[in-house]
Amino acid sequence: MNTKTLLYILKRILLALLTVWVVITVTFFVMRAVPGGPFLSEKAVSEAAQKALEVKYGLDKPLMEQYITYLKDIVTKFDFGPSIKLRGRMVIDVIADGMKTSIKLGLIAAFAALGCGIVLGCVAALTRNSVLDKIIMVITTAFVSMPSFIMGTLLLLIFSVKLGLVPANGETVKGLVMPIITLALYPMAYITRLTRSSMLDVLGQDYIRTAKAKGVAPVKIIFGHALKNSLIPVITYFGPMLAYIVTGSLVVEQIFAVPGIGRAFVSSITGRDYPLIMGTTIVLAILIVVMNLVSDILYTVVDPRINLE
Amino acid sequence: MDMKKNPFSLHVNVDDFIPATDAEKEYMVQMRPSTTFFKDGMKRLVKNRIAFASLIIIILITLASIVIPFFWPYKYDAMLGIRPGKPVDKSYNNLAPFEYGKTELKKIENGEKVFPHVFGTDSSGRDYFIRVVYGTRISLAVGFFASIIVLIIGMTVGSIAGYCGGKVDLIIMRIVDIIYSLPDMLMVILLATVMKQVLGPAIDGTVLAKLGSNIISLFLVFALLYWVSMSRLIRGQILSLREQEYVLAARATGAKGSWIIRKHLLPNCISVVIISTALQIPSAIFTESYLSFLGLGVNAPMPSLGSLASDALNGVSTYPYRLVIPAIAISLIVLSLNLFGDGLRDAFDPKLKR
Repeated sequence: MNTKTLLYILKRILLALLTVWVVITVTFFVMRAVPGGPFLSEKAVSEAAQKALEVKYGLDKPLMEQYITYLKDIVTKFDFGPSIKLRGRMVIDVIADGMKTSIKLGLIAAFAALGCGIVLGCVAALTRNSVLDKIIMVITTAFVSMPSFIMGTLLLLIFSVKLGLVPANGETVKGLVMPIITLALYPMAYITRLTRSSMLDVLGQDYIRTAKAKGVAPVKIIFGHALKNSLIPVITYFGPMLAYIVTGSLVVEQIFAVPGIGRAFVSSITGRDYPLIMGTTIVLAILIVVMNLVSDILYTVVDPRINLE
Repeated sequence: MDMKKNPFSLHVNVDDFIPATDAEKEYMVQMRPSTTFFKDGMKRLVKNRIAFASLIIIILITLASIVIPFFWPYKYDAMLGIRPGKPVDKSYNNLAPFEYGKTELKKIENGEKVFPHVFGTDSSGRDYFIRVVYGTRISLAVGFFASIIVLIIGMTVGSIAGYCGGKVDLIIMRIVDIIYSLPDMLMVILLATVMKQVLGPAIDGTVLAKLGSNIISLFLVFALLYWVSMSRLIRGQILSLREQEYVLAARATGAKGSWIIRKHLLPNCISVVIISTALQIPSAIFTESYLSFLGLGVNAPMPSLGSLASDALNGVSTYPYRLVIPAIAISLIVLSLNLFGDGLRDAFDPKLKR
């Protein structure tokens, strides 16, 4: 690694930190812009009780002071304050609880998408223009054009309601199969297309022709020479894939009743639980930003040809 | 023969003045009229069967969504069971396709003709077909206008950054970098949640109120967040096009600045712009349907394809077609827009062709 790469990585880390700060700031001020504050929906609260609540949640202080306290609590203690609607629970505990399920779900979906996508993409590229290739391309194109909530509900309709193969409730292990498939289909289709086009690109390179001319076995050309290089673009998709899985899990967990962070987030939106909305947004945003950072850095480390400008 | 021996001789070579033979004349005949950039691209686009078929599907869907509401006898928000001065007729709720309500059945018995409910009615007794048509219209409109907003803001900012360069460029591009790395969907949800609260009272009673606060906040969100990739694209285009050799060549042959912009920069830039705008429409439709699903989309009773699909979730086991119909409509629209966008790219930007 030369200094230029190191400098680039440093720049990316700074940008990521800046982004996280922007997310926290935007979230804070946008939420405070809501008219009437978070207690507006509470019915028939007396003025004294309202005051007491505001003091309890620190809402009586000047806005800048609230902001600095909020920022300080996040940075030093990773504390997002108490939830408004779920009495007696801290936001971070709600998030941590949901994360346990969601991370499991997301990771399995991501690995399934990667594995199937790369295999299918290679098959499509190697059997280029054949019937198999065309079938794979048609199916993946269809998957890419379908919003995740529609895919989820259709799968639910077919496999749970009509066929009764898997439970519609995601609280059991068996019930997690469908949400994982729903989450994995779109990234899988995308990775398939990505792998196919980059594999075709690599197979047309000079060094592959050289290897063929030297008489290297086709299997060795594919696995030893072509595959490694054609997977580089897939690395850049890590970040967007995670972002997709995070946002997809919001609706998928809702559809399949999975007790994860996505469902907590959606119910916090409908229940207007502002501290929970803020906390979840910030945690998920940090997750996505970090993943984007990692995939960017990996990309530059793996492929030294990349122009860092 | 002499010419070769003495190239500097001023003698005229008589051979050069022999009348041209027919074969030579034919060589000079223009085989086909010279074509413009636009015509050339259109020819390639028409040849691409998938893209052309997608274009026809898009045009048909768009026309249908505009024309059908004019002659369809039912309104998208009319609850058929409710008649002034009479109790609510529940027989109109949840009709299956081609079934009729009580009063309609009586009319049919009397020999009157009643327009069929092609897709049945929903749980409030509204004709489902016209709701799907209307939802398609709204989804398409949201996609179209959102992309136009993105185009205008992105083009302005991108070309300012590209033309000015220097410090202006640096500052704009850092801002773009930050917005670009924000997780867009989360920000969209956050902004949509809040704007729903803030905008609602603010636009009450104006023309905008008819549109609904949610659609406006959706447009605002697009205007705030989604222009960055467009502006990056246009800035990059302008920066690289400015340095192209054919621009240098044009300048060397004495072309004026306005000529270079009109004949070289704009045509080369505009294809990329049109293509990415076309590809922006399906992504906007996607976002709208996603937000509708979370309850942050269009305001009821206005339907969009996303809100129709999410409304259908409650009765999905009894009325599965109510989910399947908007699902197919969204997928068809997004698929054909994507394929058409790809076709546009192949036709108007052959350099990018894989």
